Amino acid sequence: MGAVIVFTVFFFLPGVMGLFYSFTNWNSMSDEVKFVGLKNIMKLFSGKYHFDQYIFNTVKFTVLTMVTKTVVGILLALLLTSSLIRLRSVQRMIIFSPQVMSFLIVGLVFKSLLNPATGFVNNALRDAGLGFLAQNWLSDAKLALYSVIAVDTWKGVGYLMIIVIAGINGISESYYEAAKIDGAGFWQRTWSITLPLLRPVIINVSVLNLTYGLRVFDIIYSLTNGGPGHATEVINTAVYSEFSKGNYAMGTTLSSTLFIFVMLISYFLLKAMEPKENTL
Amino acid sequence: MGILLNVITVIISLIFLIPLLVVFLNSFKNKAESNTMTLHLPKEWVFENFQVVIERGKLIQSFFNSFFYAVAGSLLIVLLISAAGFVLARNRSRINRFLYYFLILGIAMPINNVTLMKVMKLTHLINTRMGMILIYAAINIPISLFIIYGFVGNIPVEIDEAAIIDGCDAKNLLVRIGFPLLVPVMVTIFVLNFMGIWNDFTIPLYYLNNSEKWPMTLAVYNFFGIFENQWNLVCADITLTILPVLILFVLAQKYIVGGVSAGAVKE
Repeated sequence: MGAVIVFTVFFFLPGVMGLFYSFTNWNSMSDEVKFVGLKNIMKLFSGKYHFDQYIFNTVKFTVLTMVTKTVVGILLALLLTSSLIRLRSVQRMIIFSPQVMSFLIVGLVFKSLLNPATGFVNNALRDAGLGFLAQNWLSDAKLALYSVIAVDTWKGVGYLMIIVIAGINGISESYYEAAKIDGAGFWQRTWSITLPLLRPVIINVSVLNLTYGLRVFDIIYSLTNGGPGHATEVINTAVYSEFSKGNYAMGTTLSSTLFIFVMLISYFLLKAMEPKENTL
Repeated sequence: MGILLNVITVIISLIFLIPLLVVFLNSFKNKAESNTMTLHLPKEWVFENFQVVIERGKLIQSFFNSFFYAVAGSLLIVLLISAAGFVLARNRSRINRFLYYFLILGIAMPINNVTLMKVMKLTHLINTRMGMILIYAAINIPISLFIIYGFVGNIPVEIDEAAIIDGCDAKNLLVRIGFPLLVPVMVTIFVLNFMGIWNDFTIPLYYLNNSEKWPMTLAVYNFFGIFENQWNLVCADITLTILPVLILFVLAQKYIVGGVSAGAVKE
């Protein structure tokens, strides 16, 4: 059972060790590790060190990307399964293609496109005579998190679309035929047949999106590195910056908070989903 | 109505296509022209950009690093997971059910990189290629196991029973019956993990400080930091980094799309 050993040593063990070290003053300055009780956790929620803002940003990022990806993904899936549209499979592939690229690369691509002076987006707006819409996309503290969310949606929505398409293709035609005979229009069919039958699929991807959002690191690190100021700092970017400062105890406290948070949410989600799966 | 919907869809597709096109076109421009990024074709096609990038960005070295991590990591995962998946899905004893849930817990669990660093130091695996591969295996085992477990469940048990009646023992059952039936899902898992590892950036950022061992993602990030005002070079570097995965995507489309939906849509 090599799988169990590798997983335990390099994944599970650090998680458990992390819980322990959350109560210490572990850092890169000294070899000695002292037990400090709840000091780190108090620090986290005291509101003095921005940590509560990072947690808030993480939740905001998670909720908003879940909503945008789900809504846009379902709309795209409906469009690209409609027989009215030409070149469906080519367009599906184009929309899915960002999915195969690294978050880091996507981050760098958009960092260059969104550059306020030289980037493509502002240039295109100016050429179209819409120069007043040009923004400091990533360096305006009010806008930066939304820009990051937009880029993340751009990258991730193709995944959701493909899964919803697979779900739609799994629905038997006979439902739609019966509904057509009963005189149901497109929206009525979508609302009362497609969406209810897609519910298990949508719940599954929402769980994946949720755990992705809470753990997000790459895209934020490469686009803004948490800035400007701490406007886009999330838990995992804060872990990395505490880590590089040598402040290991604070890093692991943040990481463990995330760990417990994600475990609790997943547990309740799984509990909530179980009975429904049986009735479907 | 049909025309309108088609127009809308094409516009949406363009939103996904244009960013890549801009980067691609600008990678052929000279420094002055690429200073303002536009969709215009380059006035003169500067192919030397790519040569400069390959030399200064250490792209060849990092390409082979990425390739090694991705191939070795994915192979290890496929080997570990196909044995584990077959045994766990077939022999559903109490302890095996526990082990399965223990392992797939990792799908949602965030990794604690700070304490993992401690483990890596204790095991002397920090800054080694071996260490990278083991971490990648650990991170990707949960979701891969989840996919293969469902797949094994769909193989009829009658096949095993027939083999056992014909005098096949447990080890031979795995090697002669299990593995061959699992080949398609193993290919899917290999391709998905290959891309996941190829694209990863967090693990080398934490655990490799020797630039000789850097994969492409870290090399391109570093390059971006140094040449931030030479967009033509940055674009050329990005283009060369994206190219391998895009080629793989076109070649292995079926496995990627199939594998992606297998993770979320239960058949």
